Amino acid sequence: MTEYVIRFLAGGVVVSAFAMLGDVLRPKSFAGLFGAAPSVALATLGIAIYQHGESYAAAQTLSMMAGAVALAVYSVVVCQLLIRARMRALLATLLSIVVWLITAFGLWALAGGQA
Amino acid sequence: MIRFALGGAATVFAGLVSSHYGASVGGLFLALPAIFCASATLIEKHEIRRKREAGLAGERRGEEAAALDAAGAALGALGMLAFAGVFWLRVECSAAGAFAAASLAWLCVSPFRMPCRRGGDRSSTKGGLGAGCRAGRRPCADRSCRPSIGYCRSHGRRPATLLGRQVVFACPSRLWSLRSHRG
Repeated sequence: MTEYVIRFLAGGVVVSAFAMLGDVLRPKSFAGLFGAAPSVALATLGIAIYQHGESYAAAQTLSMMAGAVALAVYSVVVCQLLIRARMRALLATLLSIVVWLITAFGLWALAGGQA
Repeated sequence: MIRFALGGAATVFAGLVSSHYGASVGGLFLALPAIFCASATLIEKHEIRRKREAGLAGERRGEEAAALDAAGAALGALGMLAFAGVFWLRVECSAAGAFAAASLAWLCVSPFRMPCRRGGDRSSTKGGLGAGCRAGRRPCADRSCRPSIGYCRSHGRRPATLLGRQVVFACPSRLWSLRSHRG
């Protein structure tokens, strides 16, 4: 239980810190830059190295590459849904999660990923 | 507060997946767009509120603002890919060095999207978008031309202003048309 409390606090602090940096810095285009920062990855990988060692974190980052490609595909789909289908942001982002899951697990399986 | 809660929740979720299904599956969720869902919704709400205060409907503007954020996230994902790649290469040598090198890789790759997003007002191609920006300074009068978020592609007049700056394209798919427009 303590582990998950620490995870929650660490993740929250890192994500908030990046978000605040984006809000404070000028020009405003920096907001998007820090909004897409790998903040969850920083917190998770730090804890992973502390608990399980470097090879565990290396395995996580190898899969994270598939997740990042899926994130790019997901963002394009969200953008198209917002502009062409004129969906609301919440609906578009939630529907597109299916695209992220299919792309991420598809790439992971193609790369010979094993649980 | 919402970002703190979501960031914490996403980190806990990634940890739970890793402990149940292994590091390989858990790693996928380090790039889960959970925070993006919230930030896009917040940006849309913020834009709608701003427009309503000015006496306008604002729904379309809100969608456009969220779409712009999505376009940025698509290019930002490349930065995340660079982060993961460099971290994976360096972590066996030194954990601290891997964090430093991966963060540096992210910093080097991510800002490349910024000139793309703001490139319209810097272009100087004759007859292209930039020429329209500087010379025109007036919106396209043709009603059939709908510069929904970027610029009037058929008339090449003036990029629409969004979030206080000139925006050239909304989606990465329009990056291609920007390049071809510049010739």
